[in-house]
Amino acid sequence: MKILVACKRVVDYNVKIRVKTDGSGVDLQNVKMAMNPFDEIAVEEAVKLKEKGLATEVIVISVGPTQAQETLRTAMAIGADRGILVQTETPIDLGGIEPLHIAKILAEIVKRESPDLVILGKQSIDDDSNQTAQMLAALLDWPQATYASAVTFSGRDATVVREVDGGLETLSFTLPGIISTDLRLNTPRYASLPNIMKAKSKPLAVLPIADLGVDLTPQTQLVKVQEPAKRQGGRKVESVDALIAALKTEAKVI
Amino acid sequence: MNTLVIAEHENGKLKPATLCAITAATQLGGTVDLIIAGHNIGSLTQECTGVNGVSKVIQADDASLTHLTAEVMTPVLTPICASYDAVIIAATAFGKNILPRLGAKLDVQPLADVIAIHGNNTYDRPVYAGNAIATVKLTTAKTLLSVRTTAFAPAATSGGKASVIKADIPAAPANSSRFVKMEASVSARPELTAAPVVVSGGRGLGSAENFKLLEKLADKLGAAIGASRAAVDAGYVPNDYQVGQTGKVVAPQLYIAVGISGAIQHLAGMKDSKVIVAINKDPDAPIFQIADYGLVGDLFTLLPELTEKI
Ligand SMILES: Cc1cc2nc3c(=O)[nH]c(=O)nc-3n(C[C@H](O)[C@H](O)[C@H](O)COP(=O)(O)OP(=O)(O)OC[C@H]3O[C@@H](n4cnc5c(N)ncnc54)[C@H](O)[C@@H]3O)c2cc1C
Ligand SMILES: Nc1ncnc2c1ncn2[C@@H]1O[C@H](COP(=O)(O)O)[C@@H](O)[C@H]1O
Repeated sequence: MKILVACKRVVDYNVKIRVKTDGSGVDLQNVKMAMNPFDEIAVEEAVKLKEKGLATEVIVISVGPTQAQETLRTAMAIGADRGILVQTETPIDLGGIEPLHIAKILAEIVKRESPDLVILGKQSIDDDSNQTAQMLAALLDWPQATYASAVTFSGRDATVVREVDGGLETLSFTLPGIISTDLRLNTPRYASLPNIMKAKSKPLAVLPIADLGVDLTPQTQLVKVQEPAKRQGGRKVESVDALIAALKTEAKVI
Repeated sequence: MNTLVIAEHENGKLKPATLCAITAATQLGGTVDLIIAGHNIGSLTQECTGVNGVSKVIQADDASLTHLTAEVMTPVLTPICASYDAVIIAATAFGKNILPRLGAKLDVQPLADVIAIHGNNTYDRPVYAGNAIATVKLTTAKTLLSVRTTAFAPAATSGGKASVIKADIPAAPANSSRFVKMEASVSARPELTAAPVVVSGGRGLGSAENFKLLEKLADKLGAAIGASRAAVDAGYVPNDYQVGQTGKVVAPQLYIAVGISGAIQHLAGMKDSKVIVAINKDPDAPIFQIADYGLVGDLFTLLPELTEKI
């Protein structure tokens, strides 16, 4: 089985982001960037399948600026075999490339590479859309198993445990198909130094976005980005009695 | 304006989240219809006809719709959407699994997690774990929205007199996922996203056993129980207890966070609660920055005391 994994370059999840004062977006100048955490989990899962002898090749793809090559190198240091950068200078967080565009780009790459399985993250931690995997499944008319917390294979049949609102749902499908990862699917490894070095010489193809022939007409328009309303700072209470009194007489919630 | 709301149900009951989606649909103006899909959903359909604000209930009742995967739902919805200007679903795991698949089929970019409707096809949605609010205008041929249930009050379940029509049931694509099983986490407590009081525990609880301390407090307050990701990862509680950026979003009257540090990903799911109480032994824990009332100390002494006295 050949696996394609989608990896987005996003702001590092530890960064406290700042909204630009002109309201045009989020300030990403001199901010630490990293691979979307869900995509790291996706790469790890694919590499594990390769180590188990179930996958023959793991290809990683990112749509983004030149610097997204670093994201692909990170994925290759974890164990992916080669990378594809679909290069664009249009913003990929807000007000630029939309999830449907990404899904169309991925569908085009699927056509060229014919993978049996595509693994994506459940959501990007910048746009928080949670859409791309489902859209790619629709465009290809493939089965989708989103929010995966366990994946097993028996021949070409995948069984996926999904994290849903009421508990855990199990689905199965026959390849080809789409999986999106949830947090508890695995714990991504740290790439070792030798593997980081080895990743530098793995193949990485750069495709200008315009060469893919995908319709990138925007369907949304970013009007503004604002900070959320700040919560009024509260106070510390000295004791359980003081807390109960405050909840009863001041907040009146109990 | 014609708006279609997609209903979500569980154990023969309409989910409260759908009532919130109906309120959002009403805010768009015009007529609001509701589609309900499933198998043997006669009484559910009746329940839907009574919901205030709904003009028409479209019933898709078929054995193939026993388990509502995105693959079986999308072919049913796609032709029906042709007669609507807008389609709304609650931003739950169910809604978010289906709406993007439908959107791609219609070549329409949906907008996820809408928290405010401004008119002129313009909406607010949180991004970056709720640390920024994006205002977005749609230029799409159709409006597809998933809406946060915390931002829209539920519609009344009575007062409506909707008519019922039956939907055609086209087949799902040959290559579709198959339902195997559902392991529901059963709880007699109120639903996390709809409960007026939520008591949440974090890594500070230390074990599944210790979560019982939290349960006692929840029993006394009639509260739902939530958790941080760390508590779920450690196996103290089931996955669907997780509150946060990638878990559930709650906005109860009272949220009590116990042994939770207050990472931004957790705050993303609870900072719109009316009153927040934090109990933590670290006086500098970030949770105190947003808590209305902070109690510094060891949860293993404070929690039993609180449970006894409250
Ligand atoms: C992509 C991504 C998505 C995420 N999504 C979510 C999400 O949806 N929800 C979520 O919650 N997290 C999420 N996280 C994880 C988040 O970053 C934090 O790691 C997590 O919230 C920490 O959980 P915690 O507060 O329970 O644990 P910790 O940060 O370890 O805090 C434990 C707290 O307990 C206190 N404590 C310990 N013992 C006691 C005691 N005896 N008495 C009183 N206090 C005590 C400590 O002082 C500490 O403040 C996500 C992370 C990533 C990368
Ligand atoms: N620019 C991108 N490049 C590569 N993969 C992406 C990109 N945007 C989204 N994805 C994939 O789609 C998943 C869901 O993203 P989203 O729908 O934006 O929340 C991510 O976790 C990635 O796997």
